[in-house]
Amino acid sequence: MIRLDRLTKVFDTPAGPVAAVDEVSFELPAGEICVLLGPSGCGKTTTMKMINRLIEPTGGKVFIDGRDTRALDPIQLRRSIGYVIQQIGLFPNKTVAENICVVPDLLGWDRRKSRARAAELLEMVAMEPAVFMGRYPKELSGGQQQRVGVIRALAADPPVMLMDEPFGAIDPINREVIQDEFLRMQGTLRKTVIFVSHDLDEAVKMADRIAIFRAGRLEQFATPDQLLASPATPFIETFLGTDRTLKRLRLVRISDVELGRPGIVRREDPVGRARELMQASGCPAVLVLDADGRPGGLVSSARAVVRAGTCGDHAEPIRATIPLTADLRSAVALMFAHDMPLLPCVDAEGRIQGALTYAAIVRSLSVRGTAA
Amino acid sequence: MSDVGKAWTGRAPPLAGGRPLPVPRTAMLLWLLLAAAAGLWWVSSDTPGEILSYHEDIVFLGVQHIELVGWAGGLAILTGVPAGAILSRPTFRRTAELILQVFNLGTTIPTLAILALSMTVLGIGTVPSIFGLWAATLLPIVRNTYAGLRNVPTPLLEAARGMGMTPAQVFWRVELPNALFVIFGGIRTALSICVGTAPLAFLIGAGGLGELIFTGIALNELPMMLAGAIPTALLAILTDFLVGRLQVHLVPRGINPLR
Repeated sequence: MIRLDRLTKVFDTPAGPVAAVDEVSFELPAGEICVLLGPSGCGKTTTMKMINRLIEPTGGKVFIDGRDTRALDPIQLRRSIGYVIQQIGLFPNKTVAENICVVPDLLGWDRRKSRARAAELLEMVAMEPAVFMGRYPKELSGGQQQRVGVIRALAADPPVMLMDEPFGAIDPINREVIQDEFLRMQGTLRKTVIFVSHDLDEAVKMADRIAIFRAGRLEQFATPDQLLASPATPFIETFLGTDRTLKRLRLVRISDVELGRPGIVRREDPVGRARELMQASGCPAVLVLDADGRPGGLVSSARAVVRAGTCGDHAEPIRATIPLTADLRSAVALMFAHDMPLLPCVDAEGRIQGALTYAAIVRSLSVRGTAA
Repeated sequence: MSDVGKAWTGRAPPLAGGRPLPVPRTAMLLWLLLAAAAGLWWVSSDTPGEILSYHEDIVFLGVQHIELVGWAGGLAILTGVPAGAILSRPTFRRTAELILQVFNLGTTIPTLAILALSMTVLGIGTVPSIFGLWAATLLPIVRNTYAGLRNVPTPLLEAARGMGMTPAQVFWRVELPNALFVIFGGIRTALSICVGTAPLAFLIGAGGLGELIFTGIALNELPMMLAGAIPTALLAILTDFLVGRLQVHLVPRGINPLR
């Protein structure tokens, strides 16, 4: 658990004192990722560096697991906190293994134990220890260096990690991969992470909480969904952009949406039957079952209204389905791409559990918005 | 086809040209050139015999020469590296460049003048010579140490501090190793200068191979002069070669362009 209590940093500049961080307070529960977000010079990095006392606060307190960090030796404090910076900062004179073991070595771990730990961590990010332990940083690709930078911070298994735009210097494709990798690791490690970023998409993806900064002040501290649904100030609203609702789509799992239950018809049923079922179910299409009882197509309202015939005549193939574990963003992308008024949602065994409609999506966003 | 095969290994083919020759090979080249010149000259005159007749002097004065260089160079390393390190500390951030300018002035003054000055203060003999040579050798070491340490990328320092290294640990584990290559470069230049300048020490009574060179010139004895000059040249090359080997082996592979 990390708690900031009216944390303040005033720098003396030739133009007089400037408050880089102004009475920032928040509390982050253990095991969560908090992204400090804001434009350049908003005080987010200064705030982060006051947590491990790379910058000494002018006022206010930081508590880690209830202990006031001012009472701790700054060197010991930093060794107990993982630290990742944007430039990675791997030591070029040390091998990958030595780099990973920097903090364990500082803590005086047994050499065999620390090297085993390094191997374990390398395996966690899918880098073959036998190949990479003895390499030097310059012999790694950018993505590999970034991974080593992250696992180096994890080496001594610190409960708290500070990450200063850790994925900022990687190309977008690798960034996504490493973000996913980190989230997967975080799923089991449950570190308490302070993560500095200026990228809203990254923040929405990584964060359990987002702290938005502006000119040294904390503007809003909320979950990504709350933030996107109800920004507290006009500044935040501008910062989030007009497409903030679209960004929310990523945060909603299909399984959290109240799915529509489309009517089911057989191929030989008349189209009129499909039309009745649509009205009854409120879904803009019905599923057409094949002879073997599996859904083989759908009849949309646009087709059903026109003229008579059997459902089989007017059925369109089901071009896409989506698993319940996916997020709404992928679902909407599929619906757009295939021009489907209704997207069947399947469980792990491929059985249809319901269908997503545009109305259901809009409804679920507005329900969550008012709840928050 | 073979190109495709290479591409699949994921490794760049070794560079054929455009890369500076590694030092050992440069030294080798010099040796070969020297040997060729010597060989030509050997068969075309009787000078070699005359030079070799000085071999006892060469050995005696050569050892003296090496002692002078050893003391002056050794002291220059022992004082220059710490001086450069101290200047690179944050406390000296403002004054360091100024102090280095003073050191620079030291190199602008001809070594002969430094020796003359040190003679007026310390008298003649070995000690004033060593002092003069030390002063002439110092600057490249101080400057390279300072520059090497100051040019360690700041993210490395930030990462080191952020992970909980004490200032001393940051210096010994991060700054010094990463500056080592540049520091060695300074030592190499400095020692070569030192070997080449040491003959002047004869002028204030410290002996060394300069004795053969200057006496040879004064007496218009070409072989005698060469008996001093050739070993001096060889000594300079040898010193450069040896420090070069040290540089290759002592500087960690990750930051050593030679490995």
